[in-house]
Amino acid sequence: MRQLGASAPPVEAPLILSSRIGSRRVVFAANTAAQAAGLRVGMAVTKAQALVNGLVIRDAEPAADAEGLEKLALWALQRYSPMVAADLPDGLVIDATGATHLHGGEAAMLTDMVARLASAGVTARAAMADSFGAAHAVARYMTRPAVVVPEGKSAEAMLRFPIGALRLPADMVAQLQRLGFARVNDLADKPRAPLALRFGPELHRRLDQAMGRLREPIEPVRPLELLEVRRLFAEPIGAPETLARYTEKLVVSLCEVLEAKGLGARRLDLLFHRVDSQMQAIRVGTATPVRNVKRLTRLLCDKIETIDPGFGVEIMSLCAALAEPFETRQVKTSLLSDDMETDISGLIDILTNRVGEAQLYRFAPVASDVPERSVCRVAPAAPHTGQDWPEQWPRPSRLLPTPEQIETVALLPDHPPVSFSWRGIRRRVKRADGPERVFGEWWKRDAELATVRDYFRVEDEAGERFWIYRAGDGEDAATGSHRWFLHGIFG
Amino acid sequence: MGSPPAIEFLREKIRRIEAGSRPAAVALPFGLPEMDARLPGGGLALGALHEVAGGGNGAIDGAAALFTAGIAARTKGPVLWCLIRQDLFAPAISQAGLAPDRVVYAEAEDEKAVLACFEEGLRHGGLGSVIAEIGRLSMTNSRRLQLAAESSGTLGIALRRGRRQSDAVDFGQPTAAATRWRVTVLPSVALPVPGVGRPRWLVELVRCRAGESADFEVEACDAQGRLGLPASLANRQADAPAGGVRAAG
Repeated sequence: MRQLGASAPPVEAPLILSSRIGSRRVVFAANTAAQAAGLRVGMAVTKAQALVNGLVIRDAEPAADAEGLEKLALWALQRYSPMVAADLPDGLVIDATGATHLHGGEAAMLTDMVARLASAGVTARAAMADSFGAAHAVARYMTRPAVVVPEGKSAEAMLRFPIGALRLPADMVAQLQRLGFARVNDLADKPRAPLALRFGPELHRRLDQAMGRLREPIEPVRPLELLEVRRLFAEPIGAPETLARYTEKLVVSLCEVLEAKGLGARRLDLLFHRVDSQMQAIRVGTATPVRNVKRLTRLLCDKIETIDPGFGVEIMSLCAALAEPFETRQVKTSLLSDDMETDISGLIDILTNRVGEAQLYRFAPVASDVPERSVCRVAPAAPHTGQDWPEQWPRPSRLLPTPEQIETVALLPDHPPVSFSWRGIRRRVKRADGPERVFGEWWKRDAELATVRDYFRVEDEAGERFWIYRAGDGEDAATGSHRWFLHGIFG
Repeated sequence: MGSPPAIEFLREKIRRIEAGSRPAAVALPFGLPEMDARLPGGGLALGALHEVAGGGNGAIDGAAALFTAGIAARTKGPVLWCLIRQDLFAPAISQAGLAPDRVVYAEAEDEKAVLACFEEGLRHGGLGSVIAEIGRLSMTNSRRLQLAAESSGTLGIALRRGRRQSDAVDFGQPTAAATRWRVTVLPSVALPVPGVGRPRWLVELVRCRAGESADFEVEACDAQGRLGLPASLANRQADAPAGGVRAAG
């Protein structure tokens, strides 16, 4: 719909896509507004027109949809995983093995994916499970937009789903329901022979795929202009050292390809085609375009231990899923200045592939008086800004993730406490500094319009220094609860 | 301090044997003559592993982190800080002299991953110093880290944080680290007006390779990461024990 630009109907207008079945025109898809008006997929278009006033009807274009889905698959290939395929008519299937570490884990990857698609105007639901069949069902039958089924629990989770979740033809589902099979659970432990006789092999194939008993290889999309090098082995290889040796050879030839095009790799996929026609993959990412054989080999070889070669690997292919122009830059020489800027991008890449992209960061100042909002995380390779926090008041070296409530004896409105107890230990305050008043940021949330925090730096008899605050100004109940909290610990 | 020439000669010989083919170790002085005199080489050896722990029962040790940040601030180049759970408040680290542009944090998921990142950072060679917050540190691991630090000349600091009682016991076990420090907070400098003065710490050099252990009472890091000497102590005899301090520690 976005392709229509300004002539597109408003989002709130009921909209359906129509398609033909024989000579009938039926509803192929309906948007939220149309569904709210009572229109369902499969209904006759004439009936829909009679039901809803001002209904917008467009012809469905399955070919264009498939093309769009293919594009989306290529986007996911660059961004998320080396093995992605379009799952017509409305899904993407992603084999995330060996790729989640770059995104900080499975759950974080799904949330990120749904959020990115949402910001592009696509409402998506994502699920991760042991088998493609189970993930397919979870994504369509669970209400949450991003679900990760724990490892080994997929078969159990499948049992609760209705028969329709098994990716069977619609008429077969209808027949099964007529026979009294409502859920996968009803079907799972029935004798197979009579069912197979009536419904053919399809039923149990789908069931086994969903339960993870039957492998379901996917045909990954490959962009046309992909930079790829591959190596075929007459005799399957399997030893980690051999894999590492051939990895280096592949990197050397890929770097030649990259050099010819003036590019550097940002994301590399190393695929292992095993003799049992399964695939294993390694994906590594770099912060800046890289064309250094040693560095890329090192990144890939760090991950070789995660590969299970099974009975042997017969094809290894290495491709640059994301390549960017490679800029050469003149390095400062130590002849001119002492404070040479050391390049640590190699180390950053190694660590990123070890702990994940979101787990490696620098802190940067944010203009906010509220302590927990005054810092933000930026990428480790982000340009140096030279900015610092305004150095007016001492700040605690450790900040508690959430302020912890403390019991105090204190004079209102503006005296520090005489004593307080935190985590069961009572401390007498010997010295104190404050208050430092922090106002709520009403431009962020309406509820913060009147809120106030009064921060005190207190020192107990043993010399331990704490950062405590009172919610509220000590007089007006609208400014806060007047409870005391401990927020940080000074050195 | 006036040892017989024979002893001096032997020390020099041992130093040469220990160093092997490695370049001579460089040290990072604290800038306090009292402390630097106690450390072989006149400061914290670069290209070596050091351990720092918080004193007291502290589940959360603010002073040890600042002491470490102050040391890292005085090294040249970027700093890698490996940890499991992030609870550092960056403005305070910046106030100890370590600008936010210089520190890269690596948040690993367990101690094993922290050690791996620590070693990776030490081996790289482009960093000024590497800090890792760890609970347990075995002899084998510390030896590995020490060798990694030696190979690149990077200063490594293991910031020991015990989450459980058993981790605190582990701090007593021997490791291959060059020095071991314990930093405990002391009541701040008294001011003529109400308020909290400049923080003071009791810095204990618990173990020191080729040196003796010692206690120092110092003022906390300033904006350049330098420790200060309390005014009341500046003219005192170096060996005089501080009675009140023992009770606090």
